[in-house]
Amino acid sequence: MQAVSRLRGFWPGMITARSNSNRSSDRLLYWLLVPVFVVSILPIVRLGFEGVMVGGVPSFDYFRDVLGNGSTWQATANSLYTAGLGTIISLLIGGSFAFLVALTDVRAKAALVFCFMIPMMIPPQITALSWVQLTGPSSALLNAFGIAPAMGSPQPLYSAEGIALLLGIQHASIVFLTLRANLRMLPREQIEAARLAGARGGRLWWQIILPLTSPGLIAGTAMAFVTALGNFGITAMLGIPANYATLPTLIYQKLAGFGPSVLGEVSVLAMLIGAIAICGVALHHRLLSKRDYRLMGMVGRPLDISLGARRPLIEAILWAVLVAILVVPLLALIATSLVPAFGVKLNFDNYSFAAFREVLFVQPSTARAFQNSFMLSVGAAVTLVLVCLPLAYVMVRRPSRLTKLINLLVEVPYALPGVVLAIACILLFIRIPLLDVSLYGTLGIIFIAYLARFLVIALRPVMNSFSQLDPALEEAAQACGAGLGRRLRDILLPLAAPSAAAGALLVFLTAFNELTVSALLWASGNETLGVLIFNLDDSGDTVLASAVAVMVVLVVIALMSCFQLASRRLPKGVVPWQT
Amino acid sequence: MADINLSRITKSFGDYRAVNQVSLDIADGEFVALLGPSGCGKTTLLRLLAGFEEPDGGVISLGGQVVADPQSNIMVTPEMRNLGIVFQSYALWPHMSVARNVGYPLEVRGLGRAERDHKIKAALDTVALGPYADRSPTELSGGQRQRVALARCLVMEPRAVLLDEPLANLDVHLRETMQQAFLDFHRRTGATMIYVTHDQAEAMAMADRIAVMDKGHIRQMAAPETLYREPADLMVAGFVGAGAVLPISNVSITDDRTCSVRLGDTDVAARICPNFVRNRAAAHAGQAGLCLRPEDVWVDDAGALRGSVEDCVYLGGRFRLSVRIGQDRDHVLPVYANRRARIGENVGLKVSDGWVFDRMQGEAA
Ligand SMILES: Nc1ncnc2c1ncn2[C@@H]1O[C@H](COP(=O)(O)OP(=O)(O)O)[C@@H](O)[C@H]1O
Ligand SMILES: [Mg+2]
Repeated sequence: MQAVSRLRGFWPGMITARSNSNRSSDRLLYWLLVPVFVVSILPIVRLGFEGVMVGGVPSFDYFRDVLGNGSTWQATANSLYTAGLGTIISLLIGGSFAFLVALTDVRAKAALVFCFMIPMMIPPQITALSWVQLTGPSSALLNAFGIAPAMGSPQPLYSAEGIALLLGIQHASIVFLTLRANLRMLPREQIEAARLAGARGGRLWWQIILPLTSPGLIAGTAMAFVTALGNFGITAMLGIPANYATLPTLIYQKLAGFGPSVLGEVSVLAMLIGAIAICGVALHHRLLSKRDYRLMGMVGRPLDISLGARRPLIEAILWAVLVAILVVPLLALIATSLVPAFGVKLNFDNYSFAAFREVLFVQPSTARAFQNSFMLSVGAAVTLVLVCLPLAYVMVRRPSRLTKLINLLVEVPYALPGVVLAIACILLFIRIPLLDVSLYGTLGIIFIAYLARFLVIALRPVMNSFSQLDPALEEAAQACGAGLGRRLRDILLPLAAPSAAAGALLVFLTAFNELTVSALLWASGNETLGVLIFNLDDSGDTVLASAVAVMVVLVVIALMSCFQLASRRLPKGVVPWQT
Repeated sequence: MADINLSRITKSFGDYRAVNQVSLDIADGEFVALLGPSGCGKTTLLRLLAGFEEPDGGVISLGGQVVADPQSNIMVTPEMRNLGIVFQSYALWPHMSVARNVGYPLEVRGLGRAERDHKIKAALDTVALGPYADRSPTELSGGQRQRVALARCLVMEPRAVLLDEPLANLDVHLRETMQQAFLDFHRRTGATMIYVTHDQAEAMAMADRIAVMDKGHIRQMAAPETLYREPADLMVAGFVGAGAVLPISNVSITDDRTCSVRLGDTDVAARICPNFVRNRAAAHAGQAGLCLRPEDVWVDDAGALRGSVEDCVYLGGRFRLSVRIGQDRDHVLPVYANRRARIGENVGLKVSDGWVFDRMQGEAA
């Protein structure tokens, strides 16, 4: 009798143990939040510490100084204006490209998408450089045709609207990629149902497609805004000559000034940018939480809305936009790389490849920089995708107060200007407590900073696709006996692969040319491509800088072509520009 | 295979109790339908069984093993429960072929390739989808997708198969074919099946027993013919089958199964709910209701109960009339007739049978 009751007591105990071990495999996921916290959030916290400590005692002096200063608020207003206007431009360009390419029967989609990706790969300061060279009085390209503005006339891009325009062009690809990944998951049936219900033309777009894709649209907008907010290359190249300060340039000027209070004031300004970014992202989450448009049904069959007679016109407009935002500035860049000396008029007699010869064969730093940047960006892209798949799963499927907080905070390292993140990383990693090693001056610190900075780029597309997946797909696997690891591997990973690949590619392309973070973290032998271009340009070798920039673009185009060739062997939808 | 026991299961979302004190006992090999209006908590109950939701209170056991009991902190995860589920949205994985979809449970269990292929083929043949093994599920029609989902359950030899409105997305013709497919499947495998539906005809046609749910409660669980002939309360009487419930005040109980009620100017012999007999006070307090099914009432010109015809439908072999009766003309009875009747015509009715029960039963809850 006693034996039986002991047995009875034994059974539930066993089951409890088993269920606990099951839940602990869930808890294992939460441990993932620890490295994310250390890499991505702790440096910022460390920097924030500088802002509230004056001479080792807690104080709000820096806050009072910085927030009491009119120039801070002027720069804030300027930042909001340029980033806001730039985001609208990105949304218009990137959004219409994504819709037209993903949903209609325009031709040569692969080529359109391929070309549309390129502007993002050109570093912002090079974009700014090429546009300034393009439109200014000393434009090599315009001078070659003899249509440059007169010497001494004002450069039209040195203005708030000029900054916004270039920000908008630069970040249109972000909106495009996020939205397109989203549009791919739109089941054909839902659009077809609307068409059967009599929705046509504008009504179909405004009442069905737009609301259904609003999660992607909102996510892309938020990302473009946050990116624009932290942009330094464009706002500095165009804003400083016009005496138009934004928060990133204000920070830059503070840093250039040195003095004992620099770190504290920079810290407060960084918090200001961080706060704005978090507001933007919080708004984004609020908007998203009101719309749980989980797309039920099968994904996989793409849509082909017929444009009818308007197709040639729309195609012409698309290509014209591409020429304007890609071909023309790229030509300007190439023209500059071919002139014998900066400012000289380019013609068919005086072009020269001397600059290419110089950077390729004379300076060893070029090959080194290519190698470093390649390793860093591929490493960051791969690491981040591997982290983001389970991380996005936790954030979407097991939301808690902690994940919601992390969700907001990971946005900060991306929104902050790169220099600020670099300072934060230096402060934290100059001497790692306990281990007593210093990462300063190694590629390691750049790598960590990249992980922190680009986490959110890889995370958002994956989160987006998880939140759109019909939960029954995962539950069905669970009922089949698949544990969490298997479900992630067999079901969620393949279904999220297109988004994850889009995220990885974004990380790679952004990191490959990255300048502002590595500008403070590099050491001789550890230079990145962005640093190399910047140093050349800074020391007056604009022609050499342009040559390197041209090579960067060529290398990236070559890499993208490799992906294109391999795309038949990769799972469907992994290569973002493939249809 | 195993029997399934739910004891006082409760599940709330916020303040809303989606499932409220539900107890169910399902025998091994039984085909049980969970029937109720949309939003009554059927899916939630199924998800509790499957382990996707954790109950707030109560005990669930499968084949004698407790799988959920919040009080003892027991919660076996869905992947450990070995239950097959067919989702309303099919939940096939678009990135896998039909064969891999079906074979996935075996893949998870680590079965060898040859054995797996053999079982996949057998399962696909059972649902007549053998030639489709290498297709992508996106290339299948709705009915075919549903059968793939069923085959996926089949291969894992589950303790029970749970189906959540599996036919709701299919057309009428396909629905009948699939109903037959489910029944064949049940007969061949002897699997315990729990079938959620809001369609009473579907439930009546397929299930051994039906549990009628409303607002999170189980109102009655019985064989289809019992539900139809002897509904326990007003909700069940109205939800299952055609018919009408008339409030009656004058019940004279003959014995504990039969009684006589006054309807209009006539006395009608009817069956009475034994519980109601035991609770005589209620029976006399005007809480009684008389449930009349169409086949209980026939048009008979000599009938003392009179009414006016509102509607007349030919069913093949007989007509179904809607006849408005009562002093205030406030009740409509569905009635069978051998001849066509004019709209507005005054007809006499003969009541051959009826079921008397407590109209207020369950209303307080
Ligand atoms: N995850 C959930 N969160 C909040 N409320 C829910 C959730 N799931 C179901 N409900 C609510 O519980 C009730 C019962 O839902 P459900 O079981 O799906 O009904 P049925 O399947 O019978 O149509 C509904 O009112 C529904 O809104
Ligand atoms: Mg339901």
